[in-house]
Amino acid sequence: MRTSATITRPPTPVAIRMRRLVSLALVHAVLIGGAVFMLLPFVFMLTSAIKPPGEIFEATFRLWPRQFYGWQNFESALSTAPLLRFLLNGLIVCGGILVVQLLVAIPCAYALAKLKFPGRPILFSLVLLGLCIPVQAPSLPLYIAFAELGILNTYLSMMMPFFLSVFAIFLFRQFFKSYPDEIIQAARLDGVGEFEIVWRIVVPSAWPAIAAFSIFSVVAHWNDLYWPLIVVSDTKLATPPLGMMYFADSELGSNYGALAAGATIITAPLVIAFLIARRHFIAGITMTGIK
Amino acid sequence: MNTVAAQVTPLDAVPPAGGQRWVERFAGLGFAAPAFILLVLTNLAPLAALAFLSFTNYELGALDFSFVGFKNFGAALQDPVIRRSVTNTLLYVAIVVPGGVLLSLLVAILIHQRKRTRSLYEVIYFLPVTSTLIAMATMWQFLLHPTLGLINQALKGLGFAETAFLSEPRLVIPTLAAIGIWQLVGFNMVLFLAGLSAIPRDLYEAVDIDGASHPIDRFLKVTWPMLGPTTMFVTVTTFITAFKIFDTVTVMTRGGPGGASEVLLYAIYLEGFQYFHMSYAATLTLVFLAFTLVFSVLQTFILDRRVHY
Repeated sequence: MRTSATITRPPTPVAIRMRRLVSLALVHAVLIGGAVFMLLPFVFMLTSAIKPPGEIFEATFRLWPRQFYGWQNFESALSTAPLLRFLLNGLIVCGGILVVQLLVAIPCAYALAKLKFPGRPILFSLVLLGLCIPVQAPSLPLYIAFAELGILNTYLSMMMPFFLSVFAIFLFRQFFKSYPDEIIQAARLDGVGEFEIVWRIVVPSAWPAIAAFSIFSVVAHWNDLYWPLIVVSDTKLATPPLGMMYFADSELGSNYGALAAGATIITAPLVIAFLIARRHFIAGITMTGIK
Repeated sequence: MNTVAAQVTPLDAVPPAGGQRWVERFAGLGFAAPAFILLVLTNLAPLAALAFLSFTNYELGALDFSFVGFKNFGAALQDPVIRRSVTNTLLYVAIVVPGGVLLSLLVAILIHQRKRTRSLYEVIYFLPVTSTLIAMATMWQFLLHPTLGLINQALKGLGFAETAFLSEPRLVIPTLAAIGIWQLVGFNMVLFLAGLSAIPRDLYEAVDIDGASHPIDRFLKVTWPMLGPTTMFVTVTTFITAFKIFDTVTVMTRGGPGGASEVLLYAIYLEGFQYFHMSYAATLTLVFLAFTLVFSVLQTFILDRRVHY
């Protein structure tokens, strides 16, 4: 009789600790398994970029090559394709898009949030409508228009469709709405104009939203392939993804080491930026939550 | 001056003075004008043009065109390429949406409880989101190579047969879907993590007192219902992202083998920008819009309620 009571007795501290340890091991096993899958192409890219051609597809995978071939791979990658030029193009296109997006969206968002003007409800409805339209939808008529205007193969044609971000207007409007009216009114009584109120008083307080949107915008346009592929046929204007595509298609496409080196160069800027500003990236995604 | 400012009541409480009203109207219109003009030029007018084009037989460079009614729509319904593209896209979506939502939920829940290792896992899982998909797709192509690829060598080592992931018609969409999931798990995970940290701790304590301390009970009674809105939002965004699959198809398969990975956006790209059948591509774009519209409207609706400060 006495012995059967041991079953219902609460588990000993050792048993609790054992169970906790097992479940912890299980959790980490799942997470590490997933992490291996996530990191697989990155590890393969980095190791292939420093391996000689013969070692890349060896049956046993090694992290470090027997013969270090990094210099040769990066050199042939950089000499066959203008990779740095692709990065510069990416910088120009993303920078141009972002600056215009902010300049256009911020005043509009402020007007929608704080000013009474005719047509405001209609404009806001149009913004919401715009949010429902994927960026790929207007591309066909825009392409025809750009072809007629003769501005295909220019930076302008790559940036122009994205100058207006309805999402930026939407996000900033939400942010500005909570800005205290008293401060705006006080500034007006001090004789500060509306233009100055926006840029010198309201904008500095909206920094988190602006940072979040900027990250969202740059990540989206740096990695966009669809639109550059449509309007650009000149290799010199290629953005990083498009350049990578040309590169993989070229005769160098069979030089796997150089291709991996090229992929490393193309991927590096954004990944490094993410590793440095990790918190901002994650806060930005949480705030914007849209791709 | 400051004392005056302090006494001013909120903007909406009293009607602004006449002069102020005019300033607001003038400034409001001026501030909204550039955005409105760009909205018309880059969004609304193109959409109208799209609808117009779909009823014509316009091709790029043609000097003349005529109205053909619903001929393009009829042709799209009959077109085997388009039928295949829609089926393939839906199959892709059917794998990526549940996979991408449930896996990211699992990862988020497991990471959320970690203390020291949390940020490390966060970085690893988020890495694919920031990396250029085109470059990484090229690497996946190597990894999946039927004979030389690392994945097939691992499978061979485990005693499985070599698998041609990208050239076997039945496997190509599931393989692309796996890469699609790989790319967006981290993004969804971040949204779920935010949702998880918003759940009040005392809810779990209340469930503990009720005697439901098993992790599965805690999940079903607290986590899952509390995450409802987040799950909804993540599902809708994942659907829209998945439906727009283009990059991996363009780089890795070009619709092959034998059309087994043709998807809708890629078909539009080919018709419009490679063959320059503008009116037909416009029709296909409208089909594409029709598929995404329900979900985009839903996404906008949730966004409108979700983002408050």
